[in-house]
Amino acid sequence: MASPGSRWNRHSGRITSPRLRGDVKNPPSEIHRSSQDDIMDVGLFTQYVMNGLMLGMMYALVAVGFTLFFGVLDVIKFSHGDVLTVGAFAALASFAGLNALGVKSQLVDLVVMLAIATLAMAVLGMLIARYLVMPLRSAPALNTLLITLMLGTVLRESVRLFYPQGANPKPFPALLPRGSVDLGSFNLRLDNVLMLAAGIAVIVSVQFLLNRTKLGLAIRAVAQDQDTARTMGVNFTAIVLVTFAIGSSLAAFAGVMNGLYYNEINFGMGLYLGVIGFSAAIIGGLGSIYGAILGGFLFAGLQTVGTVLLPFASAYKDVFAFAVVIAIMAWRPTGLIREKISERV
Amino acid sequence: MIRPGKLSAAGLMAAVLAMAVGAAHAKDKVKVGFIGPLTGGVSVNGIGGRNSADLAVKLRNADAKAKYEYELVVLDDECKPNVAVQVATKMAADKDIIAGATHYCSSTAIATVDTYHKFGFPVIVWGAVLPDITYRNKYAEIHRVNGTMINQNDANAELISSLGYKTVAVIHDTTDYGKGHNEYFSKALAKIGKAKIVGTFGVTAEQQDFTAELTQIKSLNPEVIYFGGLTPIGVRIRSQMDKLGIKAVFDGTSGIVSDAFVQGLGPLAEGTLAFREGAPTEKLPGGKFFMEKYNAQKYDNPPEAYGAFAYAAMDMILDTIEKTGPDRKKVIEELGNVKDRDSIVGKITFDDHGQNTVPVITKYVIQDGKFVEWDESEYATGKRKLPGQK
Repeated sequence: MASPGSRWNRHSGRITSPRLRGDVKNPPSEIHRSSQDDIMDVGLFTQYVMNGLMLGMMYALVAVGFTLFFGVLDVIKFSHGDVLTVGAFAALASFAGLNALGVKSQLVDLVVMLAIATLAMAVLGMLIARYLVMPLRSAPALNTLLITLMLGTVLRESVRLFYPQGANPKPFPALLPRGSVDLGSFNLRLDNVLMLAAGIAVIVSVQFLLNRTKLGLAIRAVAQDQDTARTMGVNFTAIVLVTFAIGSSLAAFAGVMNGLYYNEINFGMGLYLGVIGFSAAIIGGLGSIYGAILGGFLFAGLQTVGTVLLPFASAYKDVFAFAVVIAIMAWRPTGLIREKISERV
Repeated sequence: MIRPGKLSAAGLMAAVLAMAVGAAHAKDKVKVGFIGPLTGGVSVNGIGGRNSADLAVKLRNADAKAKYEYELVVLDDECKPNVAVQVATKMAADKDIIAGATHYCSSTAIATVDTYHKFGFPVIVWGAVLPDITYRNKYAEIHRVNGTMINQNDANAELISSLGYKTVAVIHDTTDYGKGHNEYFSKALAKIGKAKIVGTFGVTAEQQDFTAELTQIKSLNPEVIYFGGLTPIGVRIRSQMDKLGIKAVFDGTSGIVSDAFVQGLGPLAEGTLAFREGAPTEKLPGGKFFMEKYNAQKYDNPPEAYGAFAYAAMDMILDTIEKTGPDRKKVIEELGNVKDRDSIVGKITFDDHGQNTVPVITKYVIQDGKFVEWDESEYATGKRKLPGQK
């Protein structure tokens, strides 16, 4: 069974994979030291990679939002994580509504839930941009950060107070096909594969929209130089609103994905995802889409490695992940990928 | 020693006699104290406890055979440690108050033990569960009638071992609460010696994603996953176990005994184990007697989960004063000898730390979306089976 093992080694590439493989083997091997050792290891390792990919996809979707907002307006919108929460709860509420209407098809449920959640959050994002962020454009950036931080608390607490029994964790329906393949200790679930594929599709389309369409050109123009873009006939306000709509829809998408993946949502879920998404956007390089994606997956990788490799309790995995982030920022203060689209002095 | 039945009969007689004859002779007045949270978020529990202690005093005063007439002094600790130290000092410094039934909140009970010790004031804790209250020091003044998380985890380890499970993985949150559960469960399991712990994982109380920990647990292949923590992350862990195809028994603590746990998981909650100190009041040995007397007083609030313990604590204080006289030192000495004492919450025995060692623990299993007592469940009869249950 050596060949699949080495294949996985090669695949995982950059991040300390040989060590990872070696160390994963150690603790369990005391219990199962058997001929199955190698198979167990590959399965286990694949499971970790899959867990990390799912986590990374959610972080990346959130991080892309942060990077978009920063790109066009040079602001940090801290309520982003809580918009994700509201999006997930909007989806859950529409599921309850669909149930009340007697809709039986899971596909219809899912499509309607996604549509309602993303559209509603797009509107919410535009409202936030129009009435909270844009009026503060001449004020110091710190004010925007503060006001959105407070808005985040308002959103979070509103879900807790106004959603029926909002303080309790809520079950989220499993709407994707539940098939799974058991490969040794690796449990490959069809729904995970679908979610990963959907996540990749969404990120690719955002990338396409930014780089290949007129709208994308306008967004990049605003990001590079507002005043010049305006004199060239770009409707500045409209572009900012559209960007916030896109970023917030991404958050809603990530929220629904989170619900489908964990089958549980709660009013506090966005706070933590927001902090991690923000950090991911920073280490990737604020303003760069690729940087945000890289940052998201890097962060998920660090957390997984932290849990698997650290000899002491997994409770320290966040300490480990954030410590590495601090080290990366000390090494590269502008992030791993330098901001290209809105370099300013 | 007065049994509940005799007590009620005696109380009735006393009332009749008192009406017929009037006060035969004036008894000496003795003050006793009660402290609990009477305002704030957990005040329902505090008021239930206060009423229950009040009931114990009223019934005693109605008893013609009682040597003293008791007066209850009630103070409010607001479930805040700083306030608790003030009121505890006030009560303990008043030499007329002989003993007290004190504290529902662990934070206030642990904050005041030094105060009671300094003043030599005997107390019986009636609601707080933190083990340290009785076990951090060896203060002769401090006693407790209700159980601690130690007792709960003893019961847990015992059930797991008796069901024949051999391997357990532990997940706990990294607060004092979760760490305490981990410590006492691990000790209890090791003491029985039938099952062993294959891995221990500390997680933060806000964590969302447990797949990395659970994947490691999956590779360790335990029969049981013990969880020391509260409902929100309990729901997440149980649901993510399912995602990863882990078929172990989910074994929780009192922290998950709530309707929110069942609602958050739906059918996945089935077969989850949980343990809690105390019992529904009507299931206690003297529960029926207590509820009858309590209802007769027409208090505005129900006794709540720990009211019966407040009654038992106060009743024990009164019994002791009857025996030794109103002297703090003698009361402390006498409370040190409590062994197999009958009370409405069952037999009470204080160990050398003043902790009741035979407290009631209720074992639960979730069956059809409800917390059902283990002994009455279909899992205990063998009609349904937990994963891997023989």
